[in-house]
Amino acid sequence: MSEPKPSLLIVDDEQVVRDSLVHWFTEEGYRVEAAATAAEALARLAAGDVDLIIADIRMPGMDGLELLERIQSEQLDAAVIIMTGYASVESAVRALKHGAFDYITKPFDPDDLSVAVRNALEQQRLKRENRMLREQLAESQAVSELIGQSEAMRRVREQIETVAPVDTTVLIEGESGTGKELVARAIHRLSPRRYNPMVVVHCGALTETLIESELFGHEKGAFTGAQYRKKGKFEAAMGGTIFLDEIADISLKTQTDLLRVLQEREIVRVGGTQPIKVDFRVIAATNRNLAELVKEGRFRSDLYYRLNVFTIHLPPLRERHGDTALLAQYFLEKFSRQMNRKFTGFERAAMELLVSHNWPGNVRELENIIERAVVVGREPLIRASDLALSRPAETTDDLTLEAVERKHILRVLEDFGWNQTQAAKALGIDRVTLYHKIRRYGLKQPERTRISRA
Amino acid sequence: MPGVRLVAIGDFSEVLLEELSRRTRIPRLAGRFDPSPALDPARGQCDSTRLILALRNRYAIPVVGAARLDLFIPVFSYVFGEAELGGRAAVFSIYRLREEFYGLPPNPALLLERALRELLHELGHLAGLVHCQEATCVMRPSHSVEQIDARDADYCEACWRLLDQRRPLALVSDPPPPESAPLR
Repeated sequence: MSEPKPSLLIVDDEQVVRDSLVHWFTEEGYRVEAAATAAEALARLAAGDVDLIIADIRMPGMDGLELLERIQSEQLDAAVIIMTGYASVESAVRALKHGAFDYITKPFDPDDLSVAVRNALEQQRLKRENRMLREQLAESQAVSELIGQSEAMRRVREQIETVAPVDTTVLIEGESGTGKELVARAIHRLSPRRYNPMVVVHCGALTETLIESELFGHEKGAFTGAQYRKKGKFEAAMGGTIFLDEIADISLKTQTDLLRVLQEREIVRVGGTQPIKVDFRVIAATNRNLAELVKEGRFRSDLYYRLNVFTIHLPPLRERHGDTALLAQYFLEKFSRQMNRKFTGFERAAMELLVSHNWPGNVRELENIIERAVVVGREPLIRASDLALSRPAETTDDLTLEAVERKHILRVLEDFGWNQTQAAKALGIDRVTLYHKIRRYGLKQPERTRISRA
Repeated sequence: MPGVRLVAIGDFSEVLLEELSRRTRIPRLAGRFDPSPALDPARGQCDSTRLILALRNRYAIPVVGAARLDLFIPVFSYVFGEAELGGRAAVFSIYRLREEFYGLPPNPALLLERALRELLHELGHLAGLVHCQEATCVMRPSHSVEQIDARDADYCEACWRLLDQRRPLALVSDPPPPESAPLR
């Protein structure tokens, strides 16, 4: 099936111009319509399916530049070429500043118009293609970074996909290092606000004075050191998302200010008097139990209810059964790529160590451990000795001296990737003795493990 | 639909018109058409749209006017030709097809070839064809003589099929002379 022909809309109050251009573009094989006024053009645009608008500047009522501004402000999906019989540098600059693709002076050379139209349509096609690819990429990235096959993570991903398109406040609860910011980014990327910024505020890292100025901005001279007017994070979010991390750490006074912003959707800069309208979506995160803090009187209940519209609970890694191996392999591949190293997997002992660890620092701790292992390890497999983890306590109550020796030798062999020369050296015995002990205890080099990501 | 005819506008060359008529096998009308109602003194050019309207009013049969005047339509600085799409009148000009226009010595043979392509192009529009993207098709849009020179004096297969379906203009109304180069 051939692609539909590009669709053009000619906007000019002069009938002869409309007729000439409609005729000319029809001959060129385009689908062409005409509008005598900017208002008529906007009505036509609302119906969609216009690729390019060629609009005159001088028209009664709304002129071509106002039309262009409306097209830009309403984010209508059409390229614009502005034409005029009275060229001036000012109007040309204004047109181009407001996003016109080109500016041409009547009467124009047919070849110039033909080239301008072709280029504008090509740019429009590329913009659409780019947007489509970015959407596809964002969708695939947004949730794919939240790796895990556990039931708990599957539920988290479902919640993200449910809440992302709805413009509601989200509260993310979870221990430190569980990936709360990752969840917030996924929600932002899947939301209609994705083309606007996501602004992150780590509330815990800021003092009360600093956080006010950070969130709401300040006027020049608002306090000592305020040499310039500064926009706050709510203003910087500009139609996007503001992520308030460690929300439990803000003072009661800032909680009151924050509540007012959430209710009124306007801010007043520190040292200022004028309210400024702001458009944002809030995603808040905490590693504390906000409900408990409310009971203790340390967190405002009305703010809590404002934030607690939709809550996502991120499970700690120790409760995500089966996810540690997947995450470890994911981080191994990620850091190997970044550091240009050729790791393919983990030795069995290393993986057992990873899986049995309690992970008090959660995914962040695992990420750091793997990053370090990629730095210090020897390709192609990560060994247990590459992991900066303390071994889990082992019971030795019912083991004989021989059993202890067997276990110790095995551990050292594994730590050195079954390099017997190095293991013997570490054990303080010669290679022949080690060889005999290996045979005596029936020790065998395990098959190399490689965990592939699902 | 009666067969299309060629008509000389103003001081268009008699010799060239005869040659175009012979090559395309399109008969020419006797006499000349006066373009003065379509002249625009301010621009020093002839408004091709007004010229087409005047031709429609003057003739009841489909006609293609051959002009030596510089043609324009209001939004363009010039046009090589214009036609009513699937209509009754078209016009083309050799004004900007001449080598002299570009400061070069006259070349009558090249002028004939260019004029022939423009005539066939406007005839195509008159028969309802829109522009074609086929590289050498005479219906490919051309806004410079270089582009005109790059086209064949013929329609591509697809355009011929469309022309055959429409059978519009009785391009051949007389038996072709033996030495004439057929259009396809």
